[in-house]
Amino acid sequence: MPTMHQDRTITAPMVYPDSAPFWEAAKESRLLIKRCRDCSQFHWYPRTICPHCGSDATEWVAASGRATIYSVSVTRRAGPQAYAIAYVTLEEGVTMMTNIIDCDLDTLRIGDAVTVAFRDSDGGPPVPMFRPV
Amino acid sequence: MTIRGKACIVGAYEHPTRKAPDKTVAQLHAESARGALADAGLSLKDVDGYFCASDAPGLGALSMVDYLGLNLRHVDTTETGGSSYIVHVSHAAQAIAAGKCNIALITLAGRTRSEAQGGTVPRNWGPNIPDSPFEAPFGTVTVNSYALVAARHMHEFGTTSEQLAWIKVAASTHAQYNKNAMLRDVYTVEDVVNSPMISDPLHRLDCCVVTDGGGALIVTRPEIARELKRPLVTVRGAGEAIKGQDGGRIDLSYTAAARSGPIAFEEAGVKPGDIDYASIYDSFTITVLMQLEDLGFCEKGKGGRFVADGNLIAGQGKLPFNTDGGGLCNNHPANRGGMTKVIEAVRQLRGEAHPAVQVKDCRLAVAQGIGGLMGARHGSGTLILERS
Ligand SMILES: [Zn+2]
Repeated sequence: MPTMHQDRTITAPMVYPDSAPFWEAAKESRLLIKRCRDCSQFHWYPRTICPHCGSDATEWVAASGRATIYSVSVTRRAGPQAYAIAYVTLEEGVTMMTNIIDCDLDTLRIGDAVTVAFRDSDGGPPVPMFRPV
Repeated sequence: MTIRGKACIVGAYEHPTRKAPDKTVAQLHAESARGALADAGLSLKDVDGYFCASDAPGLGALSMVDYLGLNLRHVDTTETGGSSYIVHVSHAAQAIAAGKCNIALITLAGRTRSEAQGGTVPRNWGPNIPDSPFEAPFGTVTVNSYALVAARHMHEFGTTSEQLAWIKVAASTHAQYNKNAMLRDVYTVEDVVNSPMISDPLHRLDCCVVTDGGGALIVTRPEIARELKRPLVTVRGAGEAIKGQDGGRIDLSYTAAARSGPIAFEEAGVKPGDIDYASIYDSFTITVLMQLEDLGFCEKGKGGRFVADGNLIAGQGKLPFNTDGGGLCNNHPANRGGMTKVIEAVRQLRGEAHPAVQVKDCRLAVAQGIGGLMGARHGSGTLILERS
């Protein structure tokens, strides 16, 4: 029997000053990530100081939204609906936590191609989730 | 400076309760402290160093020091999740070696069972946590953080649910002899893989128990230890490390034990193959497998084969582990297993484990813990103890 994705109440993210642009872009369904102007590396989750080199010259850039599943687990007994928590690796190289949605959760496999799909949170901005391509 | 040979564990006490709705957390800390002091032949007025983590109620150590009526010259509230108490033993040894205290008390207690704080409940660590906006919306609970590691291990190395189940089988084989254990049934591989799926690939029986309870340890300098009546259990080496997400370069194939382990073994001057008994933090079956690989008991990726077919069962396998039944079956008070890991290692080195699971001529033991969330950010403590 398949486990079709069902929408669930999504805890609103706390919006802090240093990541406010991320959530503003999310309202327009755009996924932003941070890159360092000194070492040229992307990092996740977004911060003002680059965790790779310590520079404060970090900038927002738009990610393609294309990713592959690095790991996935269907959580079946924490709340009323089953949901797929996952780490996905973005085309730009960073790996982020998310949910995989709009599919039969039982069919998800590590390595599957996915693309970003924002979902509204409970009283907060939309959050970046991913659906199979 | 090394802490090798500079300190001994002279008192160890595991609170017998597994459900204590009528006791307070402070009371459980205090009862555990009394138990460990009695075991050592000491009293509260002898204590001049105190170590606790965030399971202690109130601000740091302040409430518990006041509650216990301690008169201290050293305090340490290092927090590395459930591995904290393993790290505390190391820090106590450092403080003793530096002359900052003589008798160190370490306590842990909690009422996680009475308060229904299990592994499928979202943890609320409060505001201002930098990572929380990028994780909390996705339904992060304790069990799925570990499940993501297990899923990845299966993908990379071909590990199976049946292999993970052997870890529970070994713990349950030991727990049948522990009259205080929460679960005393002996489970089979089939029992584990047929139990309800909580978060793929972890089943209910891949998870630890949720218990009320507590524990305490007394650490002192060898000169004082020799005057007490207990067998000498000496700290030989220790390591600690924290692993996070490396700015998005996430690699779930190893844990912080890959760093804390080699540091501890180097200080102790021994190898994994020298270890007679291993206490390995067992919040979930996968937690054990990861740490065994990272400590070097087997090659990376071969943990599944290493734990299968009873290899962790006392009297049967090459590496007897968690002979009290571990967190998987015996006890996991405050959702924190580091304290009970040290306590059972002390029992083994003293020859005071249950006769059915006592390792013959047990001279060298490791107590290893992972606290926090193994799939996100966690702290590891490795402690090598010897009977001397
Ligand atoms: Zn940089």
